[in-house]
Amino acid sequence: MANENATPTPTYEPGTRNPYMPYVATVVEVVTETHNIKTFRLRLDGEGVHEAFDHKPGQTGQLSVFGVGESTFVINSPPTRKDKYIQFSCMRAGEVTTALHGLQAGDKIGVRAPMGNSFDYDAMKGKDIFFIGGGIGMAPMRTLLLYMLDNRKDYGKISLLYGAKSPEDLSFAEDREDWLKRDDMNTYLTIDKEAPGWEHKVGLIPHVLEAIGPSPENCVAITCGPPIMIKFVLQALNKLGFKPDQIVTTLEKRMKCGIGICGRCNIGGKYVCIDGPVFTFEQLSQMPNEL
Amino acid sequence: MNAQNKFISRAKLADWLKELSSRFEVWAPRKEGEGARSVVVYRPFEAEKGLELDRKPTESAKHTMFPRSETLFNFRRNLVEGAPSLELEEAADPAPRLVFGLLSCDARGFQIFDPVYNGSGTNGQAKDTYYLKRRSSTVLIVKSCSKVLSTCFCNWVGGGPASTEGADVLATEVQDGFLLTPVSERGAAVLDSSLLAATNSDMESAAADSQTKAAAALPAAPDLKESQSALLGKFDNAAFWQAESSKCLSCGACTYLCPTCYCFNISDEAAGYNGVRLRNWDSCMMPLFTMEASGHNPRTPKMGRLKNRVGHKFSYYPSLHGGRIACCGCGRCIKSCPSSVDIRRIVTDAIGFTETVGLKEQNNG
Repeated sequence: MANENATPTPTYEPGTRNPYMPYVATVVEVVTETHNIKTFRLRLDGEGVHEAFDHKPGQTGQLSVFGVGESTFVINSPPTRKDKYIQFSCMRAGEVTTALHGLQAGDKIGVRAPMGNSFDYDAMKGKDIFFIGGGIGMAPMRTLLLYMLDNRKDYGKISLLYGAKSPEDLSFAEDREDWLKRDDMNTYLTIDKEAPGWEHKVGLIPHVLEAIGPSPENCVAITCGPPIMIKFVLQALNKLGFKPDQIVTTLEKRMKCGIGICGRCNIGGKYVCIDGPVFTFEQLSQMPNEL
Repeated sequence: MNAQNKFISRAKLADWLKELSSRFEVWAPRKEGEGARSVVVYRPFEAEKGLELDRKPTESAKHTMFPRSETLFNFRRNLVEGAPSLELEEAADPAPRLVFGLLSCDARGFQIFDPVYNGSGTNGQAKDTYYLKRRSSTVLIVKSCSKVLSTCFCNWVGGGPASTEGADVLATEVQDGFLLTPVSERGAAVLDSSLLAATNSDMESAAADSQTKAAAALPAAPDLKESQSALLGKFDNAAFWQAESSKCLSCGACTYLCPTCYCFNISDEAAGYNGVRLRNWDSCMMPLFTMEASGHNPRTPKMGRLKNRVGHKFSYYPSLHGGRIACCGCGRCIKSCPSSVDIRRIVTDAIGFTETVGLKEQNNG
């Protein structure tokens, strides 16, 4: 009578890690990046916990402000630089991010991480890499860029095009200074309109990208930013001859559990929280159109 | 005759459930409200409030395994020697539970949860410890259906009125009581009671008859294996979804009554320094379900939300879980929909054989 195809009733095995329980962490430092973006440097509490923490570039985490809630952000410091802290950059947009922006050094915070997939940085070895970031979209790419700079010999030519509305909207001031100085990468910065004292490019990211005109030969383009920017960056990359499997992006969705259960971040049968956030445009073209 | 089968008379049923209450938190269906306003709901068993085993429960038994609201952990914030401190305390383990009289469709509903909540069927492979603790410690006594409603379609999705999938014991109504068939080991263990009697051949054949009759009363089941590709094929067909969702009110009644809708929200409640992190049922019919902080919402029109609900059950979930359809055919979403949206019809329309299946459009609008 029993259906032989039926799955056996799952059982709880004592000692199974509770995936909803955050690590408690201490805010080590808060960096004000722009008028609405702050960077939070966190160290996980408990003996050996921070040291044991391991993640890959592109993976995300959930930050908790207890009493307000939990939201998803990318871990934007690379595993090669986690001795002192792991870092998240958050744009103030809703309730949790507003509460986050009120935190200061010494405050306690909850962290559930790492989550999701990562950039396929091994498959990118030996290739030229062209990063195209707009606004807060620079955050996920920062992790991979720093990781590649820390493993510089593994990669070909590394270029970065990073833009924002105005000079005041660009994050990561210290990094930018370093990136501009380095002779092992090309850094292009752009803003939408002329501003006093601005010595870099002016113009929308897709236009500047076309003018730079990177060759698609043995190159991977990695782009992240607002949807409207992505749309036109894709058109520009197409014109330059990049194929959909050479273009990588990270997606955002409203998430709650972060572990593929709560059911809200799906695009068809893919869950952005566990199957993403990193996708190639080749992969996205095979998914239902519901971004 | 099966020596392991037992008989419980209607007269002794409450006593048996009372006896089981010493080992389990017993839940069973009972009637609330009177006359046309009454509903049948699963509640913790209280002998004086009676049992309702003749009418089909209005709601599913989902909340017996997956509470409408549950505490994940408590938090306490404080200052220790002037520095902020934080303590997290996980919610206590649930007490062992026994659900008596849930329908076979309700029990199969938990099997839709299982591969998602135990991580075996997801890339994340995370184990939902809250669900698994309750699932491991809950005994399910399924009552086989003797009445088939016009909204029932369990046989379309692999079930049947006396399906034992997910059951620990199957209870089938016979003269003056129920014949109890153990399905699992823990099911057999709860049948060890002096209140239960041995069965006789009349009971055995009456039970088999009733099961056969109920199965025969269901309309013929169409083959839904094309639903996966058919629904994906209709994904960008706005005219199709506009027509299918025109009556939908986005009220979410279907999701709350559904034994297989497993989506939830997580939120905090705090008073002063202390608070709780809660998990609450959520519904993909609600616009806020996917609303991002930027204001962007990938499912703004209601047709996008209805498309996700039907698509998840009949296409996305089956594509991830070996073809299994994430619907148990209980028909509550059809029966209780204020505007008579019929999920069967959406699926058969997508496949293109509604006429053959013979479903009629209901219109309360």
